[in-house]
Amino acid sequence: MELNTKFWGYRRKDGAVGVRNHVLILPTIVCATQSAMRITELVQGTVSFVHQHGCAQVGVDYDQTFRTYVGIGCNPNVYGVVVLGLGCETHQGRSVANEIAKRTGKPVELVSIQDHGGTLMTIAKGAQVAARMVQDASMQRREECDISELIVATECGGSDACSGLSANPAVGVVSDMIVDGGGTAILAETSEIIGAEHLLADRAVDDKVAKRVYEVIEAMEQKAIFMGVDIRTGNPTPGNIKGGLSSLEEKSLGAAAKAGSRPLQELINYAENPTKKGLVWMDTPGQDIEQLTGMVAGGAQVVLFTSGRGTPTGSPIAPVIKIATNTRMFENMSDNMDMNAGTIIEGKESVQDVGQRIYDEVLQVATGKMTKAEILKQYDFGINRIGPTF
Amino acid sequence: MMKKMDNVATALEDIPAGIDVKLLVEGVSLSVALLEPIPFGHKFAVRPIAEREDILKYGEVIGMANRIIKLGEHVHVHNLDGKRGRGDQVGA
Repeated sequence: MELNTKFWGYRRKDGAVGVRNHVLILPTIVCATQSAMRITELVQGTVSFVHQHGCAQVGVDYDQTFRTYVGIGCNPNVYGVVVLGLGCETHQGRSVANEIAKRTGKPVELVSIQDHGGTLMTIAKGAQVAARMVQDASMQRREECDISELIVATECGGSDACSGLSANPAVGVVSDMIVDGGGTAILAETSEIIGAEHLLADRAVDDKVAKRVYEVIEAMEQKAIFMGVDIRTGNPTPGNIKGGLSSLEEKSLGAAAKAGSRPLQELINYAENPTKKGLVWMDTPGQDIEQLTGMVAGGAQVVLFTSGRGTPTGSPIAPVIKIATNTRMFENMSDNMDMNAGTIIEGKESVQDVGQRIYDEVLQVATGKMTKAEILKQYDFGINRIGPTF
Repeated sequence: MMKKMDNVATALEDIPAGIDVKLLVEGVSLSVALLEPIPFGHKFAVRPIAEREDILKYGEVIGMANRIIKLGEHVHVHNLDGKRGRGDQVGA
């Protein structure tokens, strides 16, 4: 049987394909997040998120937050963006708005609280602009697209000892299928590859990529060493340990199974866009929401998220398909979990079978099927900070 | 049990103490009498493990025994130390 590689998506001006058609209210500063949320209450079809960034950040930390804002706005799941600023902040809304418009040609408008006479006028102005954009967005039709146009992020959170035996290897099968179809799969969570890096380095396309693998792992491990702590005090987490994971290395070997078996094409920084197709590694922390945000800012349209302990995680921008590693948790947290890979543990399905099931679900969700996290409006967002606030 | 060189296996259900567990991996068959109850998802030793010996799962090192671990004993954070990211051991 020939593998289905087609789904229905929204083709954007810059050629990228969205699987959702959101109008994003993008607050570029913590001070604008409350007004942004009010606008989403008023206008159907808009999404936003709460965060605490955007002011008194400097150097590489400023750059990383800026890159994340721009990346989130540029994500092809976003039809258009209303950038919401305060006015006096370090991360100027105008710079973010200009960069998104320049890179994608999508509709972008800027509204600033200090320019528009306070909170109420800003909400009114933002809602007006957003309402027009939503109506324009609703005129765009889905068209047939190919898996080669997808970037699929992979992630595990709240791992247990089944993660490395069931859901993660099944996602590895999906990762291989997407790569073979000409698409891109992102592996992230550098801290949770510590102890498994040699397996990825062996699959690097060249020595340069292999060297980068050891560099990013070394940099992450040194952070724990400089702090004088056993990394195990934070990772594996208490829940991981209760689930049977005894060390970071054990967790990492299970986590790395998500990356399947194809060559590692490149290693990119947090919130950067992949420049190659195939398997790509984004250097992020293991913290669920920070890595999710980084990969979505890097252009991922769909996220595969495995969990052993269970989590509600979702994104305002990309559908997150959550896959349980064991049936007990799948049944206990049916509000949140989309799929069950626990059947592998019970011997009812093979890793390959579950991988095929998840692949089919990716195409369904890309075509518009809503995930549990979308239905429950679980809009998580968190930027990885790499410097102090001044 | 994932690979024949592994010295631990993972319980896929809650297993009471005293049970004889039969394992078959890569053509090698083993029988392990459990010394303790093993909760779902937790590991037990399928071979006697010496103090400071590497603990292997997936055929890879997941840590080191911080004391002698007997055949059939529960293997977890109380007797397995991680070897990576150990800032607490710098200069020790």
